[in-house]
Amino acid sequence: MTALLEVEDLRVAYGKIEAVKGISFTVEAGQIVTLIGTNGAGKTTTLRTLSGLLKPAGGRVVFDGKPLTDVPAHKVVSLGLAHSPEGRHIFPRLTITENLQLGAYLRNDKAGIEKDIQRAYDLFPILGERRKQAAGTLSGGEQQMLAMGRALMCQPKLLMLDEPSMGLSPIMMQKIMETIVELKAQGTTILLVEQNAQAALSLADQGHVMEVGKIVLSGTGADLLHDESVRKAYLGED
Amino acid sequence: MNELPQQLANGLILGAMYGLIAIGYTMVYGIIQLINFAHGEIFMIGGFGALTVYLWMPAGVSLLAIIPLMIIGGVICSVAVSAAAERFAYRPLRNAPRLAPLITAIGLSLALQQAIWKWYPDAKKDRSFPQFKGEAIDIFGAHIQRGDLFVLITAPICMIALGLFVSKTRSGRGMQATSQDPDTAKLMGINTDRIIVMAFAIGAAFAAVAAVAYGLKNGQIGFKMGFIMGLKAFTAAVLGGIGNIYGAMLGGVVLGIAESLATGYMSNVPGMDLFGGGAWKDVWAFVLLIIVLLLRPQGLLGERVADRA
Repeated sequence: MTALLEVEDLRVAYGKIEAVKGISFTVEAGQIVTLIGTNGAGKTTTLRTLSGLLKPAGGRVVFDGKPLTDVPAHKVVSLGLAHSPEGRHIFPRLTITENLQLGAYLRNDKAGIEKDIQRAYDLFPILGERRKQAAGTLSGGEQQMLAMGRALMCQPKLLMLDEPSMGLSPIMMQKIMETIVELKAQGTTILLVEQNAQAALSLADQGHVMEVGKIVLSGTGADLLHDESVRKAYLGED
Repeated sequence: MNELPQQLANGLILGAMYGLIAIGYTMVYGIIQLINFAHGEIFMIGGFGALTVYLWMPAGVSLLAIIPLMIIGGVICSVAVSAAAERFAYRPLRNAPRLAPLITAIGLSLALQQAIWKWYPDAKKDRSFPQFKGEAIDIFGAHIQRGDLFVLITAPICMIALGLFVSKTRSGRGMQATSQDPDTAKLMGINTDRIIVMAFAIGAAFAAVAAVAYGLKNGQIGFKMGFIMGLKAFTAAVLGGIGNIYGAMLGGVVLGIAESLATGYMSNVPGMDLFGGGAWKDVWAFVLLIIVLLLRPQGLLGERVADRA
């Protein structure tokens, strides 16, 4: 079986500074794959390159059988790759409903869009209660829910989540992580970038540890969770 | 004759023109944070496009019948020049420091003025523009020239159409998204380059309508007409809250009425009699801008919604 996403020797540079120095990994359909690592490891850069916001300096990306490296950002989503960016980036002056509708910007099936908006409200009831409210007035956790709901509106084959737990209270984080598991159960494939290694590894099928632009360690979520070097470096154990 | 309704009407007519031009400044600024200083010249070129169409028409056809064609001609010229400016002058500088496109805009403004001066027949001095003949019409005690009715009719139509476009259509929604967060807009599948061209084009079309109104009112157009009108319209956009389309129109009308009232009444204020009359009207327009910016820096309708990270 071929993987849904294949990344091979991907390199990304900001000017002369190489932020991603040749990484390779795959995401199989139905899996949760996580990239963990500290600030500046190149995780966000990797996601931004996959979704076309940054141009790679080299390497190959194949998504669902098609090369992705020269596809402009606004066309990537039509291939079925959704990206919920770091820092949530909801549209603050639009309402929750309008934000969700924008997630379905390229879709033409009105009834289907309505149904998926309802699905987002079922997944996150608080969004349904506040649907007419400007998104900028939501709390951080609610904005994260909206960003995830919005990314799901394009019916993605692969959902990329960049630091969904950033800045959230433990309860809110718990809720977000439960949702990720629920989405997987519904058949969504997820590429999860996290600094919270404990949370990410405990629900991931595959994990990759990034350090200064390289993948230094790969394994199943459970393996990495019990790996001594990972425990020392990322889980705060001596 | 009662003077106040007349002054208000004059201000409203002038202000509606400012507002139509201001839409172009505010939409482009709202999306790419560029103050398009060449927009005044886009307005001017719309006037020359409309005049050209008028000159093509056989003699004896009524002006009222030609007006729609003149609008179309002006809009085509303005939109074409504006879209070309975006594509070839501004887009290559999209990621450059903000000063670079600003200087480009000023250069483009001069280049467009000089191009018309040099190549449009007899444009080295003002060219006469057709005007509606006939008695002025009395509305609420104000004499309104027939030509001035044009802007009083077109400006509201343009605003309603724009409001519907932005709030109801997919492209309009995409435009709002792009102005709030361009990178994330791309992640939604929005072709932001196309949205940016659209913003330039809508602004240019509105400026062309304003140029026809200007020509009908003044009976002449010239290659320099974009400078002061552009500056006033930019002031109107800032006054109303730059980035906000309704603010641009409101700013235009407020500015126009303030100018008109200052011109008419300042000389009656004790100690200020030196500063009345038409010669000082531009001064009062900018005094108003300074006052508003001191008291309400975001402009009349400028919004401040918390963008939480």
